[in-house]
Amino acid sequence: MEGGVVLLDFWPSMFGMRVRIALAEKEIKYEYIEQDLRNKSDLLLQMNPVHKKIPVLVHNGKPICESLVQVQYIDEVWKNQAPLLPADPYKRATARFWADFVDKKMYDSGSRVWKTKGEEQEAAKKEFIGNLKLLEGELGDNLYFGGDGFGYVDVALVPFYCWFYAYEQCGNFSIEAECPKLIAWAKRCMQKESVAKSLADPEKVYGFLLQLKKAYGIE
Amino acid sequence: MKQMEYLFLFLEQNCVIANNMGEEVKLYKTWSTPFGLRVVWALKLKGIDYESIDEDLSNKSDLLLHYNPVYKKVPVLVHNGNPISESTVILEYIDDTWKQNPILSQDPVERARQRFWAKFNEEKLLPTIWAIFTTEGKDLEEAMAAWVENLKFVEEELKGKKLFGGEKMGLADLVFGWLANLIGIFEEVSGLKIVDERYPLLLTWMQVFSELPVIKETWPPHDKMITKYRALYEKYHPAK
Repeated sequence: MEGGVVLLDFWPSMFGMRVRIALAEKEIKYEYIEQDLRNKSDLLLQMNPVHKKIPVLVHNGKPICESLVQVQYIDEVWKNQAPLLPADPYKRATARFWADFVDKKMYDSGSRVWKTKGEEQEAAKKEFIGNLKLLEGELGDNLYFGGDGFGYVDVALVPFYCWFYAYEQCGNFSIEAECPKLIAWAKRCMQKESVAKSLADPEKVYGFLLQLKKAYGIE
Repeated sequence: MKQMEYLFLFLEQNCVIANNMGEEVKLYKTWSTPFGLRVVWALKLKGIDYESIDEDLSNKSDLLLHYNPVYKKVPVLVHNGNPISESTVILEYIDDTWKQNPILSQDPVERARQRFWAKFNEEKLLPTIWAIFTTEGKDLEEAMAAWVENLKFVEEELKGKKLFGGEKMGLADLVFGWLANLIGIFEEVSGLKIVDERYPLLLTWMQVFSELPVIKETWPPHDKMITKYRALYEKYHPAK
């Protein structure tokens, strides 16, 4: 493992996808090791003893945990190619703010959409769409959140796109109808090889979600 | 000529020449917020002159709502009219903008480590301490158990170190800083022992941190804090 880059990951994880995209953007060769989260490996527990979660990035034998921390690490170590964070401090702060917003809001509000039913689910859908609309507002007329170029916030958010189909099926709604600009942005990102080969297939994600719902005892 | 020389001598001896002459820095916070205090420490560390505006959160100013429309919270740093929200984002902005006395090292592994622990504080310690403060019975037991688990990791992280940043204070120290003041206050108000002798490294860090020149004497007035948190505690634990 010395000198190399290893990624401990789980195929449907949006957080793992962020790291896959960043590594692909920088054209870094790495070893991908799929983890079984119901039967966590000694390696995972050793590399992330605090959270025992994926993704874990291991570089020169040293583990780095937390997906946005990993993306920033990749951006700093391989700084001469495909920069993800802008150089200007204020633009960097804006990017960090919105990536943090994605972290705080998207996973939880998305989870509530598939975990709940009836009135609770309607409220969850409203909140989820509300968050997406705020992001859409931030995107404005730019091609990417990074402006003209693909950047940090794009990496933070785009993995959720492959989960949209699953959310829509569970919640019986159309995200594109509510947030057309955001979907256009996501499709634009999917034209990039780094994104297309890092995101999971939406149908497979939906299949996985159905299994998860069964495990949670949700209809 | 001589008059100008005297003027400069007077200025040099009597004014704190800040590291941001000609730049306007404003900090919106409250008198008690630990999140705002992190930013105060960072600005002090870098020798940045700023205007402090204390908000009344029950009656938020139009300016605050304009500068932070997403969360409508403090702290907000406004630099030459540009607003930055979220305390950890503000700390990194300050470090990116003013290079003296860095909060983060240049080494990417070390930077990742500091950022990891900053996130740990926000996502694990803060929700758990809130649960300890606001719950009773079985919920309190569960919160304490989670807290003990979390503190074990923090204690482990301090092994062989004076501060989380090593020899000098860093991002993680600024983010964990609330512990050095609020734990004492919570213990006094609740009667609970929250950080005990099982965590000698953390207890030492709390002392060392409080004595740092940048931190010393920046805590909000003790009596005012006790009054505030006692009232809050009673709200969640009404006398039967």
